[in-house]
Amino acid sequence: MSALLEIEELQVGFGGRTAAVRGASFRVEKGETHCLVGESGCGKSVTALAVMSLLARGGQRSAKRMSFAGTDLLSLSDREMARLRGNRMAMIFQEPMTSLNPAFTIGSQMTEVLTRHKGGTRAAALDRAAELMGRVGITAPGMRLGQFPHQLSGGLRQRVMIAMALMCDPELLIADEPTTALDVTVQAQILRLLATLKRELGLSILLITHDLGIVARVADHVSVMYAGEVVERAPTAELFRAPQHPYTRGLLSCVPVPGRVQRDKPLGSIPGVVPAIGPGFAGCAFRSRCSHADETCAHEIPRRQAGEAHDYLCRLAPQSAEPQPA
Amino acid sequence: MSEPIAILPPQTLRVGTAGFAIGIAIVAVIAAAAVVGNSLVPYDPFTQDLGNRLKPPFWMEGSEAGHLLGTDQLGRDYLARLVYGARISLLIGIMTVITSGLIGITLGILGGFFGGRVDDFVLFAITTRLSIPVVLVALAVVGLMGSGLGLVVATLGLLLWDRFAVVARATTMQVRNHDYVSAAWCAGASMPHLLIKEILPNIASHLAVVATLEMALAILLEAALSFLGLGVPPPLPSWGLMIAEGKDYMFFSPWVIMIPGVALFVLVLGINLVGDGLRNLLGSERLR
Amino acid sequence: MLRLIARRLVLGLLVAFTVMTLAFLLTRLSGDLAVSIAGPSATQADVEIVRKAYGLDRPLYVQFFAWTGRAIVGDFGQSYFFKDSVANLIQKRLPITLTLGLVGLSLALIISLPLGILAAVRENTWVDRSVTMFTMVGQAIPSFWLALILMIVLGLQLGILPISGTGTWQHFVMPGIVLAFTAIPALTRLTRSGMIEAMASDYIRTARAKGLSRARIIFKHALRNAAIPVVSIAAVQLGFMLGGSIVIETVFALHGVGYLGWESIAKNDFPVVQAVVLVLAVFYIGLTLLADILNALLDPRLRTG
Repeated sequence: MSALLEIEELQVGFGGRTAAVRGASFRVEKGETHCLVGESGCGKSVTALAVMSLLARGGQRSAKRMSFAGTDLLSLSDREMARLRGNRMAMIFQEPMTSLNPAFTIGSQMTEVLTRHKGGTRAAALDRAAELMGRVGITAPGMRLGQFPHQLSGGLRQRVMIAMALMCDPELLIADEPTTALDVTVQAQILRLLATLKRELGLSILLITHDLGIVARVADHVSVMYAGEVVERAPTAELFRAPQHPYTRGLLSCVPVPGRVQRDKPLGSIPGVVPAIGPGFAGCAFRSRCSHADETCAHEIPRRQAGEAHDYLCRLAPQSAEPQPA
Repeated sequence: MSEPIAILPPQTLRVGTAGFAIGIAIVAVIAAAAVVGNSLVPYDPFTQDLGNRLKPPFWMEGSEAGHLLGTDQLGRDYLARLVYGARISLLIGIMTVITSGLIGITLGILGGFFGGRVDDFVLFAITTRLSIPVVLVALAVVGLMGSGLGLVVATLGLLLWDRFAVVARATTMQVRNHDYVSAAWCAGASMPHLLIKEILPNIASHLAVVATLEMALAILLEAALSFLGLGVPPPLPSWGLMIAEGKDYMFFSPWVIMIPGVALFVLVLGINLVGDGLRNLLGSERLR
Repeated sequence: MLRLIARRLVLGLLVAFTVMTLAFLLTRLSGDLAVSIAGPSATQADVEIVRKAYGLDRPLYVQFFAWTGRAIVGDFGQSYFFKDSVANLIQKRLPITLTLGLVGLSLALIISLPLGILAAVRENTWVDRSVTMFTMVGQAIPSFWLALILMIVLGLQLGILPISGTGTWQHFVMPGIVLAFTAIPALTRLTRSGMIEAMASDYIRTARAKGLSRARIIFKHALRNAAIPVVSIAAVQLGFMLGGSIVIETVFALHGVGYLGWESIAKNDFPVVQAVVLVLAVFYIGLTLLADILNALLDPRLRTG
């Protein structure tokens, strides 16, 4: 496998005062689902927006390397980037209720992606839209195409967003918390849909979530983000089996995973909150909440290897497996 | 959406701050001129001097020493009249805002607080008021009842309360549901106490913004009425009246309309800048 | 949507009736109308003749119902000064005021929309601040004074436009500019804030994620949503402009309805005053109704909801 998306040392700042992302690195392989997981505020959405070059005004990104299918994203002009977006890399968002333009029909919003990037007639685009709507499980696509967003439920709108993202047959789909705003039953349907699409279309998915349950179900690889950094990267099974970073372990202890958590023990929790990171911050950002922290944590932290595709950012030596709860 | 983790940037000077300061300075200078100006200017605003008519201001050729801004068509000192006119404009502006504020805020708070039928009535009153052409009706009242400062204030006061009512109503509706209002109600506060002591202070900042807007509008309308000859009666030097009197000479002595016009413009601009500054301080885009 | 319009229509009729009452009462404010009509040199006997002739000897409520009854069918009585029926007078003057209003509104939109969009897409830059400053200045300029300045500059010094009168289309240019200035600040600010709100919305982020061109994002996706309130406010502004045209018509001696109102006030011609107030109010009511309909037509959430 070769990397489709490769991000090294991504930095995102807003107005020079805030560091939203501080040197995040990860790779998304072709045909895999890669999860970016972390608490809200850890910089995972900003990372995704930075990849798409969709940062809000005042947001600045820099990176050592940022390549998509061999193209250096950093050197692209706004115009060239726009040619890529919606075409070879697409994105769907957390808020299906507000992400569609209330003033235009579903059909008009879906077709314009295709005609913009691939040309062709509107009629052909409408056919493609109807086909994709069927594919994402929308019944009566013909009727839906003529409707306005407010006439659709949240789950339907998210399906429309997904179908719209697929219009140009993209290589990469970035999904930013696509199910957070939806009912649990709809969540499961959408996740299953994403898994099917990945399999059938050979799509690579960068899925951003705070929900480890989702990670366990759909991810091939996981990158755990904390305070703007990727603190641990691993294949999904390995991450759940042998988490290394204290933050990852803390996160996993908060989630009931059958077999790993004993029934009569209370679930874990991580004390404290994500600290404010200003310019000039050094060392491990988790140290104020970490039970293993000592004075060396205030200095540069090495990236340690725990397996072939498994590394983490901590001074502690790798452990073979998670110590079984007593 | 994740928020960037960091302390908020330190509060920088807002863009509007400079405008706010300029606005306050303008209004302060004009107010000071209105209060003490006429005791500083050596001429009386009403004394005619037909031998010294239409003297240009000091920066033009042929100006008369002493008459800094020249004289009008009856030889009256223009600076003295201008300063006296500031008094009239500000007086009308303030009195109108008090009158219209009383009417509008009362209606707005009642409608916003009680809702239902009361609110229907208030909304109807606002709609009706908005459909009445202000200038025409003000002209008609003054034209039919005779001109005078008090009448102009009363007329404008009765006509310009709509925005007060709209804003008071909307903000009262928001405040009404806050806990401290319920708390005061449960503690046995009387209705007038509740409306005046709990609601009014909490919507006052929004009303202050409206007050500046309405004051500027009242000053412009008075000038327009006086310009059309149905506002402040001569020989009182309202700026609008000065422009009207200068109109016949404007093609040869344009400064006779330039000076009062610029004064009017600067005063209204100053008041609007203050209002805009207040609005920025409140962070309330909604009132635009 | 039909129900909404029906409700607004009923409300509009109620408002119109209230304005009618107020307009009637307004003209009785001056005390004895017969004395004013008869003029200062009239004897007591003359006043009595006038009183009888104009039906002013009847009780107030009889006069009111007689007037409203006829006004509803478009009969506003006879003008004392112009010696013509009021309905005729208004019919003759109305096209001028409407032309002026439409010229003013068109100019205002041609200037406000681009300025508001420009300020919004360049938010917090010097461009934005200049536009804001321009609206502040526009708000503070007294319209009658602006009219005089234009007369001096365009009429006298450059000599490119006629100073007053009604004859040709050129006569509407200066008054149109002045009238436009009364609406430009509000429309510009509304366009700007609407565009800023739209540009910060999630659906614009989606449009950008789709790789659409900047022009399409601004002019199709954002403007379409920002325009909804602008269009309906523009209709309401036209109502205000028709009411406010009295000052401008008077300055430019443009013989429209506003000028008619001013003349009739000066001549104590109360049937004309009543009628002009009522006609302008009805136009305003009609335009707010139009604004509601436009709003519903432009916003799919209202149209199909």
